[in-house]
Amino acid sequence: MKMLVCISKTPDTTAKIAFADNNTKFAGDGVQWIINPYDEWYALVRAIELKEADTSSVIHLVTVGGADCDPIIRKALALGGDEAIRVNADSHDSYFIASQIAAVAKEGNYDLIFTGKETIDYNGSSIGGMLAELLDLPYLSLAIKLDVQGSNATVVREIDGGEETNQAAMPLVVSCQKGMAEQRIPNMKGIMGARSKPLKVLEPAAVEPLTSIASFDLPPAKAGVKLISPDQPEELVRLLHEEARIF
Amino acid sequence: MSVLIFLDHADGHVRKASLEAASYGAAIAKVSGTDAEAVILGTVSEDLTLLGKYGIKKIHTVSNASLNQLDAQLYTKVIADVVTATGANVIIFSNNLVGKAVAPRLSVRLKAGLVTGAVALPDLSSGFVVKKNVFSGKAFANVSINTPVKIISLNPNSFSITTGEGVAAVSELNVTVDAPKVTVTATNKVEGEVPLTEAEIVVSGGRGLKGPENWALVTDLAKALGAATACSRPVADIHWRPHHEHVGQTGIAIAPNLYIAIGISGAIQHLAGVNRSKTIVVINKDPEAPFFKAADYGIVGDAFEVVPKITEAVKKLKGI
Repeated sequence: MKMLVCISKTPDTTAKIAFADNNTKFAGDGVQWIINPYDEWYALVRAIELKEADTSSVIHLVTVGGADCDPIIRKALALGGDEAIRVNADSHDSYFIASQIAAVAKEGNYDLIFTGKETIDYNGSSIGGMLAELLDLPYLSLAIKLDVQGSNATVVREIDGGEETNQAAMPLVVSCQKGMAEQRIPNMKGIMGARSKPLKVLEPAAVEPLTSIASFDLPPAKAGVKLISPDQPEELVRLLHEEARIF
Repeated sequence: MSVLIFLDHADGHVRKASLEAASYGAAIAKVSGTDAEAVILGTVSEDLTLLGKYGIKKIHTVSNASLNQLDAQLYTKVIADVVTATGANVIIFSNNLVGKAVAPRLSVRLKAGLVTGAVALPDLSSGFVVKKNVFSGKAFANVSINTPVKIISLNPNSFSITTGEGVAAVSELNVTVDAPKVTVTATNKVEGEVPLTEAEIVVSGGRGLKGPENWALVTDLAKALGAATACSRPVADIHWRPHHEHVGQTGIAIAPNLYIAIGISGAIQHLAGVNRSKTIVVINKDPEAPFFKAADYGIVGDAFEVVPKITEAVKKLKGI
């Protein structure tokens, strides 16, 4: 089985969110960068588990970004990818990014293409769906379980208040979230091995983005907490009713 | 030219999140001097003409039974045909489970720029700029859609439902529906619960509740408030509560009018899923709990003593 895992570089979950250049760009200086958690913990680790069950499988990684993505790609290779492809372009437009990945996917003839459910920076939740449409493949979004039997995949997806089991023939695109797998830490053998695994850099295909970011804003600061005495919790109900007017 | 709203439904009824999308689409149609139309797929039991009160003039139904289950590929083809038939140039989804599966595909199919997670009406003063949540609720981006056809998916609980007078004209569209490539083999869901993303009030519990046997504290208050229940990540991880109740960075992101956190310290990853709530109440015995910094109201105290009193006060107020 041939698998492609899409990975993205995002600021660490605890990074301070600030903007530069007149609020047009994320202030990334001094920020710790990580593999987008959904891509790493769920998509990549599940692909690795499937490879462990069928050792003839191959895992390719793909990312769209500049050379500053290489450390996170090496980490993903250390966890278990076989080889990586980086499309050398920087964009915040999901259509542009998905089109670059689709070009890679068309070359590779993959049975399964994994994405995370969203990136924790732009929260688009769009790459998987766009990729599936560009490749004319079924798309199973927000998956919490994935199993493979022969040429078919069984995917459990989250629905409101529960879950739903789906079956489809591969190839297909699946977006992964919590439940799919558990986070792993790369071991020394993996880290050493990752150094010699192939990382191919491709120049981007010519694609016109459909959207552009005009500016960023930060939400207004909270006024501060109003503390209520634990001896008079009824006061909270009064405030919610009369001041916040919630009920 | 018109605005087309995709209406999602569950158990035959149009979802609240879709009514918000309808009100949002109708507001865009009004400022653009055009009509709001809607599309609804599969079997619906309610009287759709009544949706006219949300500002929808026309509703296109495609009631093929294959569309009663979500197959994103199938939905996309059908909606694209409806877009062609109506000549719509602004398409609105709710950014819910169906919207997340279908809107990106439709964006590619129509080469229409997409903004997901919109939180406000588009700014039409220079182009078409949509404000959306980014960095897990910690910031907003103003995104310009640069294509003739535009798609927006609206975050649930971000736009108020507005009602007026009006009756929608309902007509069935004759669209070819292919055989689905995805088969649903099992569904396992709690019936009759308000989906967390649509709930107006959410009461949530954390490890401070000490064990699943104490959850009546949360559910009793939720019941009195007519609220949905949620939990923090550790609580779902140790199986005190089901995973679909987990709110936070890796769980569900919500934006209710009121979020009450009981015995949750408020780690940054938890806040990322709830920081868009309009009012946050934190009940925790640790005055240093980071959650108090993000709260509007707080009680530093023992949840086991404080929460039952709050529940009683709510019941008294509501005359339950």
